[in-house]
Amino acid sequence: MSKEPVAVVGVGQTKHVAARRDVSLAGLVREAARHALDDAELTWADIDAVVIGKAPDFFEGVMMPELYLADALGAVGKPMLRVHTAGSVGGSTALVAANLVAARVHRTVLTLAFEKQSESNAMWGLSLPIPFQQPLLAGAGGFFAPHVRAYMRRTGAPDTVGSLVAYKDRRNALKNPFAHLHEHDITLEKVQSSPMLWDPIRYSETCPSSDGACAMILTDRTGAARAPHPPAWVHGGAMRSEPTLFAGKDFVSPQAGKDCAADVYRQAGITSPRRQIDAVEMYVPFSWYEPMWLENLGFAEEGEGWKLTESGVTELDGDLPVNPSGGVLSTNPIGASGMIRFAEAALQVRGRAGDHQVEGARRALGHAYGGGSQFFSMWLVGADAPAT
Amino acid sequence: MRDVAVVAFGQSDHARDSAETSEVEMLMPVLHDVLEQTGLAARDIGFTCSGSSDYLAGRAFSFTMALDGVGAWPPISESHVEMDGAWALYEAWVKLLTGEAETALVYSYGKSSPGSVRDVLTRQLDPYYAAPLWPDAVALAALQAQALIDAGLTDPQELAGIAARSRAAAATHPHAQLRGEVPMGETLVAPLRTGDCPPIGDGAAAVVLAAGDTARRLTDRPAWIRGLDHRIEAHALGVRDLTDSPSTRLAAERAGAFERPLDTAELHAPFTSQEVVLRRALRLDAPDSTVCVNPSGGALAANPVMATGLIRLGEAAARIQRGASDRALAHATSGPCLQHNLVAVLEGE
Repeated sequence: MSKEPVAVVGVGQTKHVAARRDVSLAGLVREAARHALDDAELTWADIDAVVIGKAPDFFEGVMMPELYLADALGAVGKPMLRVHTAGSVGGSTALVAANLVAARVHRTVLTLAFEKQSESNAMWGLSLPIPFQQPLLAGAGGFFAPHVRAYMRRTGAPDTVGSLVAYKDRRNALKNPFAHLHEHDITLEKVQSSPMLWDPIRYSETCPSSDGACAMILTDRTGAARAPHPPAWVHGGAMRSEPTLFAGKDFVSPQAGKDCAADVYRQAGITSPRRQIDAVEMYVPFSWYEPMWLENLGFAEEGEGWKLTESGVTELDGDLPVNPSGGVLSTNPIGASGMIRFAEAALQVRGRAGDHQVEGARRALGHAYGGGSQFFSMWLVGADAPAT
Repeated sequence: MRDVAVVAFGQSDHARDSAETSEVEMLMPVLHDVLEQTGLAARDIGFTCSGSSDYLAGRAFSFTMALDGVGAWPPISESHVEMDGAWALYEAWVKLLTGEAETALVYSYGKSSPGSVRDVLTRQLDPYYAAPLWPDAVALAALQAQALIDAGLTDPQELAGIAARSRAAAATHPHAQLRGEVPMGETLVAPLRTGDCPPIGDGAAAVVLAAGDTARRLTDRPAWIRGLDHRIEAHALGVRDLTDSPSTRLAAERAGAFERPLDTAELHAPFTSQEVVLRRALRLDAPDSTVCVNPSGGALAANPVMATGLIRLGEAAARIQRGASDRALAHATSGPCLQHNLVAVLEGE
């Protein structure tokens, strides 16, 4: 049975900032959706269904916000789905939307993910203890720091690699008008002398807390033919999950991440990711996750990821640019962060990434993860329509 | 379109309070039940999708622990909706339609007992204008009931009759929380009396879906999903006609519900008055109608929030599987006063 090819014909983001006090939640999501519709030169009436995602409802204090947001997203009278797969949700949401088109249930779908962290307090949103479960260890950084340390010990990576990633991503963000952090005076020394938060993770190697939303318009072959700008074609997409905690789990390189990437590459006909993929938007909330995921995603042999980073391969003008947009390290509206990765990958192959465009990008990977490295979602998009 | 069927359904015993069991402990027997029915192991399942709510658990990322209980190793293809399990079934159905999976496990669960679910549901409302006033779920349903009475579309006697019929239907239901004759009780929020409202309870449900020949191999009589659609309406009650449910009608049309006669309808109507709205939208009120409405007792007999909608789909499918129905409609709702509605049409072969 053949699936309908899926094309990204519209991408929209809000300007991401610490607090969007000028808009309500509804105003925030509508702004991103409006930009995506403009990009696709479509109207609300062209949308058949809406699929939204965000991380925990506790972050804004609204239970099942799809109910309240139905009006703002033009969903009245249409199907509306709400996906929640922790930090990977932005990617998962896009994949659920893509499946609606691939299965020929709908022709044109608006998908959107958001977080307005300033409405509440994400730290406390994640810190509601219940009996008999481990506390969250002073936020996500406390959970992930030991796994970074394990990576360093396992691979012998020098202490300096994490700061190189942060320095690169923050410089890339300067070329992206939608990015939250625009640190014009950033230097490698500043990153390296920033306070140690959760050893070995320094302040400047962590993601910010952002308000923002990201939207995409996905459509079928007919819709793509009518699109005013080149579409990005979905060549493969997959989700994988594994338990948060169990004795056999490899936190440095989770099996679910490897399996998810392998599934995407199989669908897309990728046999040598390092050679065949031109740009990667990778979910890197703490700088050391770049070398870790380079290995997990098959771009480097085990233990070799940090060498790619150190040698400049992942720089914007490198052989395999990672996070040309500035990544999660520069912009982190949690529920939207995964979708931003997917959308930025699409912008790259559409040639519409502006100043952070990777020259000649034909195939790009969008990657997201969530929970305690438990949930993974990825897609590979290309400038050419997939072979049928 | 590819043929997809419900091949197994299971649910917990629904209870007012399950303080002695965690969500995972509540869910596990149900998961084992549906897998045993099909002879499948967790590793054989092509796609898994669940529905739940962090707000009931009172904790962010509450669903991650439930996933640990599913047996997610080796890693599984899995997703989650922060909606009733009926929408998780919808996502799984779409996944099967793409051809990327042959089978899917769908589950959902909710524990209302740890808090006040009436108050918790106020957090669904517009956060700037409505939610700060804490209008609770029963009060909003009462507005809808009063609107129906004022429009001459029902009266308290009819509502009492719906409650009585539902609970009588649940008399022999082994999982129901309320069964047999239950007095209507005092007025809770006028015009609704206790009997017009659902019990508050904890529970879980699971369904296995399969495509084509796989479904035929897994069960003698698959309940084929002939149509499945859902539609949402505006949120603000002031811009909706509370006596009608256009989203239910549209979803039913899109699902093909009106194309041929039905024999069964499982409606997700937590309040008696909402059954009146749904019957009208779904044209179940014809004088000569022989459609059996809520033979399970419906949400008035057991209402484990987040699983109640999936249970309607499961009950309709189980009725087809055991030969008691040939063509059934199942409905699920979400949001205040029937804001968001899903309709499935299920058939035996």
